[in-house]
Amino acid sequence: MAYREKVSIASDGKRDGADYEAIAESRVPNYSAAIVKGSMEQTGTPLLSAEDITVRIGTRVLLQNVTFSIGPGEFCGLIGENGAGKTTLLRSLIGLQHSPHGRVRVCGLPPAKARDWVGYVPQKINFAPDLPLRVFDLVLLGCDGHRLGPRWFSRRLREQAHKAICAVGAEGFAYQRIGELSGGQQQRAVIAHAMARQPRLLLLDEPLANLDFRSASELAQLLGHLSRVHGISVLVTAHDINPLLSLLDRIVYLAKGRAASGSIEEVVQEETLSRLYGYPVAVIKHGGKLLVLPDVGPREGEDGCYVVPDARSAEGV
Amino acid sequence: MLVWLAHILHFSFFHSGPVRTALLVGGCAAVVCAVIGVFTILRGHAFAGHALGDVSSAGGSASFFLGISPLAGFLGIAAIAAMSLEFLGVRRVRDQDVATGIVLGAGLGLSALFLYFDITTTSTTGAAVTVMFGSMFALSPSLIWPSIIVAILGLGTVSVLYRPLLLSVADPELAATRGISNRWVGMLHLLALAGAVALAALSVGSVLASALLIGPAAAALRVSRRPCVAISWAIILGLVAVWGGIWLAYESYYWFSGNAWPVSFFVVVIIFAMYLLGAPCQQLLRRRVRVAEPLPEGTER
Repeated sequence: MAYREKVSIASDGKRDGADYEAIAESRVPNYSAAIVKGSMEQTGTPLLSAEDITVRIGTRVLLQNVTFSIGPGEFCGLIGENGAGKTTLLRSLIGLQHSPHGRVRVCGLPPAKARDWVGYVPQKINFAPDLPLRVFDLVLLGCDGHRLGPRWFSRRLREQAHKAICAVGAEGFAYQRIGELSGGQQQRAVIAHAMARQPRLLLLDEPLANLDFRSASELAQLLGHLSRVHGISVLVTAHDINPLLSLLDRIVYLAKGRAASGSIEEVVQEETLSRLYGYPVAVIKHGGKLLVLPDVGPREGEDGCYVVPDARSAEGV
Repeated sequence: MLVWLAHILHFSFFHSGPVRTALLVGGCAAVVCAVIGVFTILRGHAFAGHALGDVSSAGGSASFFLGISPLAGFLGIAAIAAMSLEFLGVRRVRDQDVATGIVLGAGLGLSALFLYFDITTTSTTGAAVTVMFGSMFALSPSLIWPSIIVAILGLGTVSVLYRPLLLSVADPELAATRGISNRWVGMLHLLALAGAVALAALSVGSVLASALLIGPAAAALRVSRRPCVAISWAIILGLVAVWGGIWLAYESYYWFSGNAWPVSFFVVVIIFAMYLLGAPCQQLLRRRVRVAEPLPEGTER
């Protein structure tokens, strides 16, 4: 499907090519609308492209020549073991990571110029219980939090926030203090915050962490809904990819600082995942669905001690 | 109520020059402390606010020694201390208390030196009490306009930064994602905090400045679910505390046969009572049944 068609469907008729043009002219003076429009008109032009991203922290090379792209409306998972650099990569994509080498383009623009088109949900969000901020207020800040001066009443902003809240199904707790909500509700609120400016790309860092089965499943379904119905490209990192497997179009995986991507069928295989995580991983097909599980749990050794299989046991896989 | 008002007016409360000065300067301090205090608590800088108050005593005592405006003294040292906190690491949570403690110690040492000079060279024996605990009825009318200007600057800074500051308070990473520089926002907030602390130190003394900065804001935060509501409540509570304290101190002259009790004492007592009353109000607020309702289109509760 052509990018323009996808955008038109995705935007619910609210943001089409002309809107992009207007936004580019009004907010991105250094980048002409023609660049954005041109990239949109090219069929198959990626919404997000990362080329040769290299990040060094001290002497350690965390990411090396990472290259991948995400097309419009694509739902991608980003997986890798702890410390593989998933969060660093996400932060590089939105310009939060200091001094990454390489080239990132979102809708043909560098990350700093494309903030309006990217929604980001960070990994660690700790709202203080006494924070006098309701979900509605947080979503409003997603619309205009970067602007200076006091906010005057704006029906357009409130409707925009209202749409974002409805899109994530947060109507029931929109007027509650955000610090008093459950983890799943807070995640929905932050996704609504990220959705407030009707982004084209949503980056989520471990959104399913610390959620129970039901909340994780509901949140995964919500992300799938946002991708399908609103046409938003999604890049999500997760340790437990089971709730996402039925929704993913593609998986980008990080190992030893490098990235590769493939379809679900290519990546979700025992051999590939075991090599990726350095740990035996089993892939089970149950009821037409794939399930990824650790292959071996703690077991009793010869001397009576419990032995946890380590990376060495996966080397031969 | 009318009898009570007539009683106040009968005693020429509003016709007294020192009272009018105290009401205006104290009112400025109450308003600016309320607004900035809310963000100070939310940013977790309550201890830094207290430390700035204590450190500003060096400026107050220096002003006695040098013969300059006490507001200039309080403000100058508080601003220098605020910048020192920023550069020593108040941004990093783990280093906050360490940096604050170091600046606090240095400031109090300087304060001790200037108070020593005050006592030994200028014979201003009441300087220590005035600097530490304030003396609102002794404020010069020439301080009214400088106080109003400092208050306007502080409120203007927070007004301009309102939304970025709020987003930064909610989550610094969310703010950074929107292109907000958390460092600049934090630095400007600290400068505004220095202005608020200077006004509070001028009014109720440097030691008690944190009471005016933190107390009304903390009580308001207990009973508010929205930032603008919390700020409004903090302003009301701050004004009630300061103006109520001034009135009680004025009245106490007649209660204790010609010896008026200090304004600062009454202000702090009222603030303490407000904070205690905030607890049951908070419980009542939590007990309210929240019914999930769909959002009305384009409207807000």
